[in-house]
Amino acid sequence: MSQDYSFISDWVAPNSKVLDLGCGDGSLLLNLQQRHNILGYGLEIDPDSINQCIRHGVNVIEQDLNQGLTNFADGSFDTVVMTQALQAMRYPHLVLDEMLRIGRECVITFPNFGYWRTRAYLNFRGRMPVTKQLAYQWYDTPNIHFFTYADFEVLCRERSINVLHRHCIAEHFPDTQLKSLWPNLFTQTAVYHLSRQ
Amino acid sequence: MLPNSPPDNSIGILSAQSVRIEQPLTLACGVVLPAHDLVYETYGELNDERSNGVLLCHALSGDHHAAGFYEGDDSPGWWNHYVGPGKPIDTNKFFVVSLNNIGSCFGSTGPTSINPDSGEPWGSDFPSLRARDWVESQKLLMEHLDIPCWAAVIGGSLGGMQAMRWSLEYPDKLLNAVVIASSMKLSAQNIAFNEIARRAIKSDPNFCDGRYLQEGTAPLRGLALARMIGHVTYLSDELMGQKFGRELRIGDLIDRNTDPVEFQVESYLNYQGDKFSGTFDANSYILITKMLDYFDLSREYNNDPVAAFGHAKCNFLVVSFSSDWRFAPERSREITDALLAAGKSVSYVEIESDKGHDAFLLPNERYENALGGYLKRVASTLCVPTGADK
Repeated sequence: MSQDYSFISDWVAPNSKVLDLGCGDGSLLLNLQQRHNILGYGLEIDPDSINQCIRHGVNVIEQDLNQGLTNFADGSFDTVVMTQALQAMRYPHLVLDEMLRIGRECVITFPNFGYWRTRAYLNFRGRMPVTKQLAYQWYDTPNIHFFTYADFEVLCRERSINVLHRHCIAEHFPDTQLKSLWPNLFTQTAVYHLSRQ
Repeated sequence: MLPNSPPDNSIGILSAQSVRIEQPLTLACGVVLPAHDLVYETYGELNDERSNGVLLCHALSGDHHAAGFYEGDDSPGWWNHYVGPGKPIDTNKFFVVSLNNIGSCFGSTGPTSINPDSGEPWGSDFPSLRARDWVESQKLLMEHLDIPCWAAVIGGSLGGMQAMRWSLEYPDKLLNAVVIASSMKLSAQNIAFNEIARRAIKSDPNFCDGRYLQEGTAPLRGLALARMIGHVTYLSDELMGQKFGRELRIGDLIDRNTDPVEFQVESYLNYQGDKFSGTFDANSYILITKMLDYFDLSREYNNDPVAAFGHAKCNFLVVSFSSDWRFAPERSREITDALLAAGKSVSYVEIESDKGHDAFLLPNERYENALGGYLKRVASTLCVPTGADK
């Protein structure tokens, strides 16, 4: 996760306004506050995470993303971020639209379900993958919309979303070497920097 | 518990202080109070930098006795669970100031005080008040205590309205506003309940057009009824169900011959009403419910809450309670959205509770953690000179 932040931090302008959807304990916003002096807000529904944000001095709003984001005005943020949560949304494509409405730019990170180990798990064991990154059983997982790097590329094309940057993250050798050649197969976590065209 | 052995985490035995503010106070209605009395309590120590002052703003029927015990009294102040050493409003870290506001009836100038012009109690002639008048009077107390800037202004319900008003009237005089179970303005339903309460008081023959003190009487039944109505709206249906259900206190509904039958909830409400009418003043109740009705945070800012909060400089914590239907979570979300749109630092928590509006006074672990966590953070930034952390 910490690797995600270094990319995101490069894409966020100093003193800008950042909204983090599903901000967890607020560590990304805290990092951006300290590095770039941003004005940040996180949305979160988990009480413990909310408390951690408050203790860290991170602005946090208790709000369920699945209930919509209509209380945020068009273009009211420089950057809207969502890390590792798009796959847990009821309507990921609509959330993406909302993010691009509210923010001039968006940063999305998600687990790539096309990663070869995930594929191998399903292929050879014949069961839904339970990995370190996706550590849930099929029946209790909050991740209800699995998708791959390639799926996301198609979605961006279909919805005319402009990809400013994309980064592929892999932890292990040889994935680290092969991810640029076959991103859909060797990327564990994909990081996208998007804008409206 | 015995007053001589208050619990370890209590402030302990204390007594109220009072001050006569000699500076004239021009009220929003134009009337000038040449001088006024304020009764208040303080908890904790003011630090050398005089930077750890926290102002507590009470609600409709509140008073200055927020925490600790009076000598010989076995019940503590109204917010004792939240104010004390190691508690969310930590008196080891903060110098907490809690006053009785003007227009109320616990020693500060109000309808039961003598009007210097007539030599008689003010009664219903006491000038109409706005929340900003309370803020102005609190500002004079702040000067009296020589506190240059509040670390936080905190209040629930009408108290939250004062905290918000502070942030607009004196943006450089507070670093944080904690707005709990409050609203930027009352709904029609809310005003309706207040009017029923006022009508109940005025319908009591002993009200005597508000001159009951001169007549040597008091509209106790009317005030009790007003309180009973209010009390029901401060609780949730769920909580009343849990607390009383259909339990009977007297009688029996199976044996049809037993005549008097009384539900527990009837007995409880009557008790609460009578207790209240024995301690509160009817004219104060009318005056302060009107103050609630008249409050509209953004009226003078073109009815635009975002423009209003544009004047604020402090950070905000907004808290609501899920079962509160008198000051519903939607009202707190409106406050939060306006603050967000104005680009102010704000955190918002919606606490799950079945206790209705009264939840802001009652124990609740999540609420304690949120408020305590926020204020811990405030305390940790106090050493930094004002503005340097921005």
